[in-house]
Amino acid sequence: MFEYAPAPESRDVVDIPSAYNLFVNGEWVESLGDDRIKTVNPASEEVLSEVALATEADVDRAVQAARKAYDEVWSTLPGRERAKYLFRIARIIQERARELAVLETLDNGKPIRESRDVDLPLVAAHFFYYAGWADKLRYAGYGESPRALGVAAQVIPWNFPLLMLAWKIAPALACGNTVVLKPAETTPLTALAFAEICRQADLPPGVVNIVTGAGETGAALVRHPDVNKVAFTGSTEVGRLIARQVAGTGKRLTLELGGKAANIVFEDAAIDQAVEGIVNGIFFNQGHVCCAGSRLLVQESVADEVLTALKRRLTTLRLGDPLDKNTDIGAINSAAQLAKIRELSDIGEQEGAQRWSPPCTLPDRGFWFPPTLFTGVAQSHRIAREEIFGPVLSVLTFRTPAEAVEKANNSPYGLSAGVWTEKGSRILWMADRLRAGVVWANTFNKFDPASPFGGYKESGYGREGGVHGLEAYLNV
Amino acid sequence: MSKASRSDAERPSRLAVRKTYKLFIGGAFPRSESGRSYVVSSTKGDFLANASRASRKDARDAVSAARKAFPGWSGATPYNRGQILYRIAEMLEGRRAQFVAELVEVGGLSAKKAGETVDAAVDRLVWYAGWSDKIGAVRGAANPVAGPYFNLSTPEPTGVVAVVAPEDPLLGLVSVVAPVVVTGNTCVVVASERFPLPSITLAEVLATSDLPGGVVNILTGRTAELAPGLAAHMDVNALDLTGVGDPELARRCEEEAAENLKRVLRPSTPDWTVEPDITRMTAFLETKTVWHPVGI
Repeated sequence: MFEYAPAPESRDVVDIPSAYNLFVNGEWVESLGDDRIKTVNPASEEVLSEVALATEADVDRAVQAARKAYDEVWSTLPGRERAKYLFRIARIIQERARELAVLETLDNGKPIRESRDVDLPLVAAHFFYYAGWADKLRYAGYGESPRALGVAAQVIPWNFPLLMLAWKIAPALACGNTVVLKPAETTPLTALAFAEICRQADLPPGVVNIVTGAGETGAALVRHPDVNKVAFTGSTEVGRLIARQVAGTGKRLTLELGGKAANIVFEDAAIDQAVEGIVNGIFFNQGHVCCAGSRLLVQESVADEVLTALKRRLTTLRLGDPLDKNTDIGAINSAAQLAKIRELSDIGEQEGAQRWSPPCTLPDRGFWFPPTLFTGVAQSHRIAREEIFGPVLSVLTFRTPAEAVEKANNSPYGLSAGVWTEKGSRILWMADRLRAGVVWANTFNKFDPASPFGGYKESGYGREGGVHGLEAYLNV
Repeated sequence: MSKASRSDAERPSRLAVRKTYKLFIGGAFPRSESGRSYVVSSTKGDFLANASRASRKDARDAVSAARKAFPGWSGATPYNRGQILYRIAEMLEGRRAQFVAELVEVGGLSAKKAGETVDAAVDRLVWYAGWSDKIGAVRGAANPVAGPYFNLSTPEPTGVVAVVAPEDPLLGLVSVVAPVVVTGNTCVVVASERFPLPSITLAEVLATSDLPGGVVNILTGRTAELAPGLAAHMDVNALDLTGVGDPELARRCEEEAAENLKRVLRPSTPDWTVEPDITRMTAFLETKTVWHPVGI
């Protein structure tokens, strides 16, 4: 393995205030409560800033601002004007892309290579894409004049903080809704930077409101009686609670929840490409990806060959400083998540699977977990059933395509799946039978604003992206 | 059922052969495993029949039958499903007189109104039959992604759908069942509690239309007893609450449905005589998106 000199991205481009207030009605306002939460750099445990823990009264104030903005401004604005605001936002994101990428990496722990090359380009693209829809909704197939829903309550996770914000806010605004968004407790900073972008874009006050906080803040937002729409991305466990809370209220709901995707490698696959796809599938973003290919299903006849190549490839992965441009694997986002990954991995061993990691030195400070794979995994093992949300791959084998389908679908989740084979008819046969919202064939973890994303079964409902993504924010 | 069969007293020379109204599960007509029944009366209060009062066990059996039928039905070609729905329309048309008489007797409709209702139900089936091989074109998309990838989205059936049918026992029932099954879902239907008899007679139509057993299963009984169990059933993928009139029961069902994230269509009271839109189909469709690199 080559030695690389450190190539850190400069953090001078970001200027993080020591404390943030809430963004309500276009202004920074102090929380009505006294509690604050610290947000840390997971790669160093350095405290980056403090944000408010918004209370129910704060949430109420934000919803009122969103309602007023909806009634008085946003719902009366022609689509082409909404479009121009969104285009403006997209442009400002591009202009500030480097700053936002560094900020994201600092707050989240993901490698700068990913925040710079994946997250930020997709964030800007998402706003560009939905900007264009704002004045073309009558061509989307939902009738002549589809209407907005009103005020959208949006709760997003910590794995792709700014990208998930874009997935929520861009279509909501394009369709004419106003929003109150709560970023994740551990990654609020890029959402707060986005608030500043809304000001730079002269977005009318109250159209976007950002309230920081933890679970209770999110719950207060979801149950607020003046909210018309709830959109949540996160764990299936919380998704269930939200679905239960929304029951009987008439609020519209879309949920993008957990996954346990099968990445299926047939014996005729291009093995080197498949190995790259397996690595990208589970080690991209430290495996903090709801659609991660966390179950490798490899055909028995090539299992040894694939595993040997995979292990060889894992030894070349570079784990360390997320701001280093050569880093492949960054920090685990939080101590709590690290504890969960450790617990499930230990259970994997206890249940009899064999654990393997490449030689890998973990930094002394921060939250780290080495890329890990388990062989000898049975379908009944918890590491084959539960979402680990970390850089941990469970390897299972199969003999026939039918068995691969059976095993892939043997999960309450149904978000994504991967298929690796050189045979076109087999790809289509498999794609037909896999009960998953996204099927990547001879690729994995590809995203695009024009492409709908979302799950079957307990991975949630509704789609984000593409023309399908409009439905979540229109009264249809 | 017709007037003729009721008038036993007027024609003692020959006693009419009455029909036993049973459930429709897996293509067969079993009685409730519970052995229970409930009295169904006409709008005038006359005794009409003892309808089966399905139990929660019957509902579970129906879900099993629907699950078993799902791979075959969802895997059938849209053309085939469309033909079968059209066949149901043909069979219903053929039994027009029987349904008119039954609607007059059990629902208190005038003969004219009953005739219009049966005609509308036939037309509704024909309308939905035609959608089988078009909904994919309307709800699918070739997505222009920013990279060298083939990217195609197609609608797919959600799976097993539990349907609480509206009170309107023929047109309402047809209007909620056809959109569910035309796209490849299978279903368990809780028939109109008040007017269950035409729904079971419709099952006879379904049973003679080449519709594979288990694609549509019909239960008669108490909605408040059957709906929550179906809403909580972990092998049901979606829930249509259209016929739930009690808001409290609807809320409870929606809460139960959260456990495995069922897709829920909330209660509504549409005018069934109006031509519908496609939302009853799209409510029970998933979107699957397939990516493949483009290259040489």
